[in-house]
Amino acid sequence: MAETVVVTRALTREFVSGSGAVRAVDALDLTVARGEVVGLLGHNGAGKTTTVRLLAGVLTPTSGSARVFGLDPSVDGVAVRRRVGVSTETPAVDDRLSGRAGLAAFADLYGVPVARVGERVEELLASFDLAEAADRKVGTYSRGMRQRLALARALLHDPELLFLDEPTAGLDPVAARAVADRVRGLRGEGRSVVLCTHDLAQAQALCDRVVVLEHGRVVAAGAPAALAADLGAGLRVRFLASAPAGVDVAARLGALDGWGGVAVATAAGTGEASGGAAGDPPVDGGARVVAGVARDAEAVAEAVATLVRAGVRVYAVERELPDLEDVYFALHGRPRKRAAGEGSGGAPADIAVEPPDDEEGRR
Amino acid sequence: MNLRAVRAIVRKDLSVVLQSKAVLLPIIIVPAVMLLVLPIVASFAPQFVNVPGASDLGAMLERMPESFQQRFAGLSQEQTIVTLLLVYLFAPMYLIVPLMVASVIAADAFAGEKERRTLEALLFTPTTDRELLLGKLLSGFVPAMAVAWGGFVVYTVVANAAAWPVMGRLFFPTGMWLVLALWVAPAVAALGLGATVLVSARVSTFQEAYQIGGVVVLPIVVLLIGQATGVVVFSVALVLLLGAVFWAAAAALLFFGARGFRRGDVLSRA
Repeated sequence: MAETVVVTRALTREFVSGSGAVRAVDALDLTVARGEVVGLLGHNGAGKTTTVRLLAGVLTPTSGSARVFGLDPSVDGVAVRRRVGVSTETPAVDDRLSGRAGLAAFADLYGVPVARVGERVEELLASFDLAEAADRKVGTYSRGMRQRLALARALLHDPELLFLDEPTAGLDPVAARAVADRVRGLRGEGRSVVLCTHDLAQAQALCDRVVVLEHGRVVAAGAPAALAADLGAGLRVRFLASAPAGVDVAARLGALDGWGGVAVATAAGTGEASGGAAGDPPVDGGARVVAGVARDAEAVAEAVATLVRAGVRVYAVERELPDLEDVYFALHGRPRKRAAGEGSGGAPADIAVEPPDDEEGRR
Repeated sequence: MNLRAVRAIVRKDLSVVLQSKAVLLPIIIVPAVMLLVLPIVASFAPQFVNVPGASDLGAMLERMPESFQQRFAGLSQEQTIVTLLLVYLFAPMYLIVPLMVASVIAADAFAGEKERRTLEALLFTPTTDRELLLGKLLSGFVPAMAVAWGGFVVYTVVANAAAWPVMGRLFFPTGMWLVLALWVAPAVAALGLGATVLVSARVSTFQEAYQIGGVVVLPIVVLLIGQATGVVVFSVALVLLLGAVFWAAAAALLFFGARGFRRGDVLSRA
């Protein structure tokens, strides 16, 4: 079993304001193993940043305990911070310094060996594609460059554990992907990463486990796929089909044993037409998307056979896997709104499909 | 104590400060006016001794205590005016230099860094609260003393050179000024730092910290007025005592400032 680098037990932090005590982190139990990427998800104010500050020994807990590399951050903060790198939500870089000067200053602060400072700074500048701009004032940098500089700074001392607070906030897709690749690389090097993010797709793609926080409390934790699987039983399936006049695909599906939640997707959204209720009439010659939840794969096969027997042309059958976004919205009591054409967030289709213009593929 | 980290904070803060006009202008202009322009102007004062109103200096001297007047015994009227201005009346003004430089840089290093939202990165480094505080204090203290002592040398050269036609000899620095520069000026700089640290913990912008922290200039203004009216007469003994009082006040402010400087609190208030 991998070494545990972070353990918290009932970790709690309150802030006292004019209106009383506010619990930013509430009885948090968290573990992070070496080489693991753990996502902290939650709305603004959910307690993600406070958790990072507690684990880095910048804040002291009101109650509960935390151990990072076996050390108590509130007592051995310096020793913890020697082994930890933090990229804060705002890049917190000095606009008046050049990128190179800023990194060199922090290399001294992080205790990078004097003889290695220049080399390490150059390595990171090159690695984060900042070498050409290294002597420019940071105030002239774009948001993405500042974010990269902050990440480079967090890595100056080769930390074993990284806290990345919204590392891709405000970045363009190319820059965000570069950061994601960097996080994968860090995991590959055996470093642990705690990733605080609002970007659920990114969390799903990068994190071994996620912890969903709400008002400082953990409301769900686990591997993204496991959380999604726990979201609900059954297979959510989408059909792309066209039916002859008088045949209501949604009604027929809804009437089948083992099917529920059948809906016809329209251009504007999803119109409910389950259980044989009157849905939109089928359009001759036009394909439409019908979605529903089947009990199991047998129910899906039965549905396809039924539709084909009724003269429905089924062009595609696709399984939608719930993703982290579904989990997140479900946990926060809000149904996720999917667009008619929205897929399953990269989840592989379970059932083979053919394009509608492929005559060979008609069933 | 990780002195390398302390040095890194000082170097970083000074590099940042030197890029800011809001910080740089006052720490250049004020010393230049007080330690360069004023002694030159004062050296020409005897030329206006017969101008109506200029005899006020003579009247001022007459109001001074007898013991003070005896210090001018044997000096001509012109030499008396130059000595009165350059040695005595400008002495309290000299103290404004270390106080102002320390305050303005400390305000930038503490509150300014909070305002620019760069402080958090510093708090995540493997430094202790004491190292952070010491680095920040030295960021203000080192340049304050560099300007104060550099300014003292400039003042010495300018005063002697500009007043040479009147004095005909090297008359500066006096023992009192040496005590002022070596004993009181550092105390005043520390006082400014202490006040700024205390204030910076409670405000969020450089301007607020600088303006509120500037209240510590009041004792110096009181000294200036006291000296001009004869209530206070600078002497070696008095200046030694003043230094002790300023050091005590600075120690108290720094003690309370340091007690409140915990990275968690700094972050909570940022």
